[in-house]
Amino acid sequence: MSKYSNMTFMGYRRENGRVGVRNHVIILPVDDISNAACEAVANNVKGTLALPHAYGRLQFGEDLDLHFRTMIGTGANPNVHSVVVIGIEPGWTRRIADGIRETGKEVAEFSIEQKGDFETIRAASWAAKDFVHKATEVQREECSVNELWVSTKCGESDTTTGLGSCPTVGNMYDKLLPEGITGFFGETSEITGAEHICQKRAINEEVGARWYKMWKAYQDDVIFAHQTDDLSDSQPTKGNIEGGLTTIEEKALGNLEKIGRTSQYIDILGPAEMPKAGNGLYFMDSSSAAAECVTLMAAGGAVIHTFPTGQGNVVGNPIVPVIKITANPRTVRTMGEHVDVDVSGILRRDQTIDEAGDALIEMIRRTANGRHTAAEALGHREFSMTKLYRSA
Amino acid sequence: MSNPSPNEVPHLLVHEAADNVGVVVVEGLTAGTDMLCCITHDNSTFRLTAGADVPIGHKIALKDLKDGDTAIKYGADIGKIIADIPQGSHVHTHNCKTKRW
Repeated sequence: MSKYSNMTFMGYRRENGRVGVRNHVIILPVDDISNAACEAVANNVKGTLALPHAYGRLQFGEDLDLHFRTMIGTGANPNVHSVVVIGIEPGWTRRIADGIRETGKEVAEFSIEQKGDFETIRAASWAAKDFVHKATEVQREECSVNELWVSTKCGESDTTTGLGSCPTVGNMYDKLLPEGITGFFGETSEITGAEHICQKRAINEEVGARWYKMWKAYQDDVIFAHQTDDLSDSQPTKGNIEGGLTTIEEKALGNLEKIGRTSQYIDILGPAEMPKAGNGLYFMDSSSAAAECVTLMAAGGAVIHTFPTGQGNVVGNPIVPVIKITANPRTVRTMGEHVDVDVSGILRRDQTIDEAGDALIEMIRRTANGRHTAAEALGHREFSMTKLYRSA
Repeated sequence: MSNPSPNEVPHLLVHEAADNVGVVVVEGLTAGTDMLCCITHDNSTFRLTAGADVPIGHKIALKDLKDGDTAIKYGADIGKIIADIPQGSHVHTHNCKTKRW
């Protein structure tokens, strides 16, 4: 028994048994041209949230599969109570609505062709209003720590993330994974320079070999296939370099601090893929761009995201609370409104990693209970779909 | 080597004893500062004079580094040194580069 074995939180238990920490009614566009109708419905019915995005037309193959998986995963996320889906035509709209329905939650679908925006918005607004009434009557109930799904990805990293905020997340995983939480980490290109270490953190050689194959494919098919120079304008980013990070190897070693000292990953997930191997830590093949990565992990089912930052990335997500952790005292001083957990004491040597990990776990518990994060309070709702290649 | 006194805040943190670079963790560090340096792995400390004004988060060479050397941080290879760097000087993109792309 550890001090976290009996940790509980007040969450929303969904029809499929999963537990959410938020209770959103979302208005989900299938495609870019349905954004306007979704935003009109969200404007009509208070307490709903439209999730506009840029894609969903003329995609095909693996890229289309990812689009559907992200849409369905977002609607299926247990932080979502119910979903209104709106698309231009009924076929893909039905496919996404039915995918979300597999969770047992309520979904209403509408398509615009042969009706127009006015009629669609009218009908969808009635459905959305009904969902809001139902959602606002749902009560939180006591849930145990092993029902939490917690993801991580760092952003605007600098050398303080590797010294402080990333090890803080790692300490949290080292403490909570043994209690049965489900965890996610990823950022495939950003492991470059530490891939030999990451491969060894797999639960066994078979999983490690699959991880390496996935990492190598990203290197070959994405990075090297499109490379124009040494990538120093992208990895590390301008912000990383301003913060003192010099090379991708240095950045990767700091990044990997997020899985702590003892945690091992049990399986590899494709982008936006849901875990199927039970409780434990998963690596999700994902971009290192903050909003894309958080969106993919939310679609995979994470209900809380822990986000270490050095120089001060301000990202949020519409359905998943994003907890910001920084060890950089300048960022605390100049961007304090974005910081949920200040671990700058680690740099002053007046706070240990163990104490910082405890502080993060306490913030996770409070966030799960309903405390709004800085990103939520500031209205950061970045919903960014990953696109694999050009549309047809 | 000694443990830091409780009142003194380190200027420079070093991950591992094998590292040849450390990270400035205070704002406004100026050349000539007698830095308190701390190795986070075992909390041991040493002193080093800053050779330049170096911003918070940026790295300083713990010893003289030569063109062609490997920069070591986290006890691991983080890239190649591409110019001679005297002990105490700023280490960044102008004198250190990835080996990967």
